[in-house]
Amino acid sequence: MKADPKGVLTGAHFMDGDHAACEGALAAGCRFVAGYPITPSTEVVERFAARIPLVGGMFIQMEDEIASSIAIQGAVWGGAKVMTVTSGPGLSLMMEHIGLAAITECPCVFVDVQRGGPSTGLPTLPAQADMMQVKWGSHGDYEIIALAPNSPQECFDLMIKAFNLAERYRVPVFFMMDEVVGHMTERVVIPEAAAIEVEERRWTKKKPGEYKLYETGPDLVPEMVMAGQGHRIHVTGLTHDERGYPAMNPAAQEQLVERLLNKIREHNGDLVDVREDGVEGADVVVVSFGITSRVAGHAVEAARQQGLKVGHLRLVICWPFPAQLIRELSAKTKAFVVPELNMGQMVLEVERAAAGKAKVVSVPHAGGTVHEPEAILAAIREAGR
Amino acid sequence: MSQEALEGAGCAVESDNPVLPFLRQDRLPHIWCPGCGIGTTVNCFARALQDSGMKLDDVAIVSGIGCTGRVAGYMNLDSFHTTHGRAIPFATGLKLANPKLKVVVYSGDGDLSAIGGNHFIHAARRNMDLMVVCVTNHTYGMTGGQTAPTTPQGATQTTMPYGNFENPFNLPFLADACGAVYVARWTVYHVRHLARAMKEGLAKKGFSFIEALAPCPTLYSRRNKLGDGVEQLKYYKAKSTIKNGADTKDVGLTFQGDIIVGKFVDRERPTWLDSMNGHLTKVFPGKFTPYGS
Repeated sequence: MKADPKGVLTGAHFMDGDHAACEGALAAGCRFVAGYPITPSTEVVERFAARIPLVGGMFIQMEDEIASSIAIQGAVWGGAKVMTVTSGPGLSLMMEHIGLAAITECPCVFVDVQRGGPSTGLPTLPAQADMMQVKWGSHGDYEIIALAPNSPQECFDLMIKAFNLAERYRVPVFFMMDEVVGHMTERVVIPEAAAIEVEERRWTKKKPGEYKLYETGPDLVPEMVMAGQGHRIHVTGLTHDERGYPAMNPAAQEQLVERLLNKIREHNGDLVDVREDGVEGADVVVVSFGITSRVAGHAVEAARQQGLKVGHLRLVICWPFPAQLIRELSAKTKAFVVPELNMGQMVLEVERAAAGKAKVVSVPHAGGTVHEPEAILAAIREAGR
Repeated sequence: MSQEALEGAGCAVESDNPVLPFLRQDRLPHIWCPGCGIGTTVNCFARALQDSGMKLDDVAIVSGIGCTGRVAGYMNLDSFHTTHGRAIPFATGLKLANPKLKVVVYSGDGDLSAIGGNHFIHAARRNMDLMVVCVTNHTYGMTGGQTAPTTPQGATQTTMPYGNFENPFNLPFLADACGAVYVARWTVYHVRHLARAMKEGLAKKGFSFIEALAPCPTLYSRRNKLGDGVEQLKYYKAKSTIKNGADTKDVGLTFQGDIIVGKFVDRERPTWLDSMNGHLTKVFPGKFTPYGS
């Protein structure tokens, strides 16, 4: 269906990434945000709080991030499209409820404007060091989706995609910004509502009595209802059967957990979103994401000017990781270079997928600023040798 | 479990029990121990629902984790069994997304006042339109009898093996101080009063708090040599005094001491949502559509 025009601020704007992310959420149909102030993400909820009264929806500043991350889930069962917004320390507090969203299959978007860590770290300065936390941070086995925008325009565009994926697969979706993307101001073009596709919740057509909360078809994603429709649903964080009832046995555990994984893994092919630049025939492929992709772009250009055959592969969707693509490339390229604003997280995935068939060079950075392009260029030259 | 199966398992079943339609009968028998008071509170809640005349499709129940946390799963309502301590913020989101629902939070003293204490005070401060039922059994039953913020001084628990020396919460006082519009305490001896309080809570707009004292014979009573569930009911009967309108600062509990029960607070304050709608209507004259209208 098309976006509700009430939430779409059509036009060309000069806007920072945090504000653009908010506009993306409004355009995507997000009508409920619960949040707690934390630098460098606060501008997202500040804008939402200012905009939502006349769009028609709800913002509430909760008492902490734990409350925020579960208030949004209550709102999902009340029928809303939802988001919460935070940065590293807040994300750490939200971890239990990421598991709850995964096991109850609650479509929701978590925005993480990343800053330097661990702990309070560098509140006002960038990092990309939460990449593994969003993949593995809550206990148990589950799958999530994570996207990494590299500009304010993408904060708008990809936020709509984030909401759509949350609805399609009924998983928590992470929007992995960083302080630079969040606070950088650029031109942002917001199209007409009629040009924005938003995915409707997978509402069931079944009547009370026919509907089972977690019955699925071949795509492994169950249909949804909301409270108050007469279905008398039971939603629990315990391992449960198709009815949603607790089922404390290994068979039920296997059935549920395998489905939670497979509903994403069987769609991994549909969840590849990369931007390729000169990857075919390249000796060295730089794999990057988020703000680092823009720095890496300069290094790739410089390397090409020096006569090196360098490609650039940017991950737009980081999780699920496009392992198949990297596996195929590893047979054709000499080396991968992986710059990231952390001490080596996504590079582990590149190494896993390359499986020794191509050299993998990490360009780590502890955060606080972006890479010097020269550091990435040096790694490209070293890798191509 | 079917009625036949219940009878086969030796359970007495009243086929015309008025409470049965309010329960998910396919989830029985429940997990609670013999002599536990939680089931009695559920009976009172079912009767309150019946007496309220509310359409069950319009009521949702949210629980946290623990023995009382299992209540949501046994009620024939839209029901949510969430995470430990977080029933109130989940219920806040549910209520605000669909203000037409009556949302009931039903959980234990440890869940609501220890790990969930921050959410409790803020929901009361905001006057979020929720009815919160707290079953106080002074212990963590599900995990084997550890000290709760409501364990009286002098009682022994597995994590206070030499007796509890901490000062416990007086939960009605806390709810009152934070702004709850309805505060009552009853024990599971006072079933009619408790059911009536729940009926009033269902009808009340705003944050209502009902504390139900209930025995945990398996862990709290046994460790403190207090006998079985019936002995605790006798204690409730002997030591309870009804004082409606009592000053909540005077209703703190002591180990096997006097219990003050009653309806302590019943007042009017605008709910969070009413405040938001009223305020934004003034800020944006003619432009703002009240949320949930």
